[in-house]
Amino acid sequence: MNALTDYTLHLADNQLILGQRLCEWCGHNFVLEQDIAMSNIALDLIGQARSYYQYASKLDGKKSEDDLAMLRGEREYKNLLLLEQPNGDFANTLARQFFYDVFHLFQLEDHLKSSDESLRAIAEKAVKEVRYHVTWSSEWMIRLGDGTTESHARLQHAVNKIWMWTGEMFEASAFEKDLIEKKIISNPKDFKLSWDQKIQEILTEATLKLPLEEPYQHGGKDGLHTEHLGYILAEMQSLQRTYPGLAW
Amino acid sequence: MTNEEIFEKKIQDEVRIEPKDWMPEAYRKTLIRQISQHAHSEVVGMLPEANWITRAPTLRRKATLLAKVQDEAGHGLYLYSAMETLGMPRSQAIDDLLSGKAKYSSIFNYPTLSWADMGTIGWLVDGAAILNQVPLCRTSYGPYARAMVRVCKEESFHQRQGFEIMQSLCEGSADQKAMAQDAINRWWWPTLMMFGPRDAESGNTELSMKWRIKRFTNDELRQKFVDMMVPQAQFLGLTIPDEKLKWNADKNGYDFGDVDWDEFWKVVKGQGPCNKQRLEARNKAHDQGAWVREAAAAYAEKRAKREKIGASA
Repeated sequence: MNALTDYTLHLADNQLILGQRLCEWCGHNFVLEQDIAMSNIALDLIGQARSYYQYASKLDGKKSEDDLAMLRGEREYKNLLLLEQPNGDFANTLARQFFYDVFHLFQLEDHLKSSDESLRAIAEKAVKEVRYHVTWSSEWMIRLGDGTTESHARLQHAVNKIWMWTGEMFEASAFEKDLIEKKIISNPKDFKLSWDQKIQEILTEATLKLPLEEPYQHGGKDGLHTEHLGYILAEMQSLQRTYPGLAW
Repeated sequence: MTNEEIFEKKIQDEVRIEPKDWMPEAYRKTLIRQISQHAHSEVVGMLPEANWITRAPTLRRKATLLAKVQDEAGHGLYLYSAMETLGMPRSQAIDDLLSGKAKYSSIFNYPTLSWADMGTIGWLVDGAAILNQVPLCRTSYGPYARAMVRVCKEESFHQRQGFEIMQSLCEGSADQKAMAQDAINRWWWPTLMMFGPRDAESGNTELSMKWRIKRFTNDELRQKFVDMMVPQAQFLGLTIPDEKLKWNADKNGYDFGDVDWDEFWKVVKGQGPCNKQRLEARNKAHDQGAWVREAAAAYAEKRAKREKIGASA
């Protein structure tokens, strides 16, 4: 596998795993309007995942889009640990979404300048969608942070709990380093400062505190995951694993 | 002319009744009951299909199913809005659903046990829904009729995706074909029940026909459905689980067996396999979201206050 394939799979896995988590909310949301909004975000992410898997499939030359999604195991998945964390309550889902959305937008804006034509083309479409995701999650952060005593406490708790998984986004893996060297992407560390500023700005408006400790957990990009991913894959891949090689 | 006469004339002349028009109280009540039941069915109906989104076999199927279930949430919204024009608040209708007072379509009290159920629901259940709903695009109450135009457009897309799932399964392996046949075996009779009780036992039909809320009777629609579905099942190579099913040239339609009305009434009254599960899921979602709704309301109020202070400063 070359670095570009690995990186494309990493991007595909990110969107699919978060999309899959959001699918768990469908039908079980607290109000119809938000059921629709969160399904929209899930649809955007799954659509993006499909574009990345199709590109990875082309680079790989052997496996199809669905082979890559449905027949790779835990140690082959390269998504961020943040994105596989369980939904928990709405505050937890929201904090996870917000930290990622802000990062995701910077990452796509960087891809807009990439020398790789496919990454650029996918980013051109996705960036419009993710701008909306950032608006949605930022507004809800402010609304719940500055809502009632209970919502404030729940969201602060969620922010504290999810924070530890955010550091990995800015740590370049071996495949990213390779692409950085080839000037296909920037180092994610380059937009860490902008990310910090945006997070701080929204948390301040939401009357929430940024956790002080340095988030140091990582491993997802190299296929070393938390216990949660195994269950996500077991569920998501069950039909393809039970009935191998069929068309659906 | 009296209010009543003006109303009757509009109905006769096929002029739509609009929210501000005078209408008999019984007409209003019938519509509130029917539209709210319809909206609840869309919302509860999300659950059996949402059950398979995370397990859809391919990414394309996953995205399509998610989009379909999302459409149903949208239908719920259009319908609750149409209902609100009759003076019934959405919150009250939802409370009635959650307490078990209001009804929704019994079909959603059956479990989705395999991927083929996603095809069967789209093909059969949405097919039945379309037959029920297309005439509602011409129903006498304006907001309901207009909501139904949008609903029907999306439903026909849903039916096509359901049929396409069935087609893939029926053209697939022996396991896949067996899965498809098992699904039609389980869903056929509950789908026939979707048209409601026999005409002779349907308390609401006569008045609804007179007011042109309904355009066809339950039995007429059931017959139409069977006539439409038999060739489609034949095309797919599936057997409809009814030994009495037989072409009748005299009536230019199929004769078919009798629905198990005992089961129908039991499920309507709460004894179906999933009645409790579905209502529990809706109640859980509603209860667990209480703090979010309160927070959103509190924040909106704070903001309005700040804006007022800002404006007067």
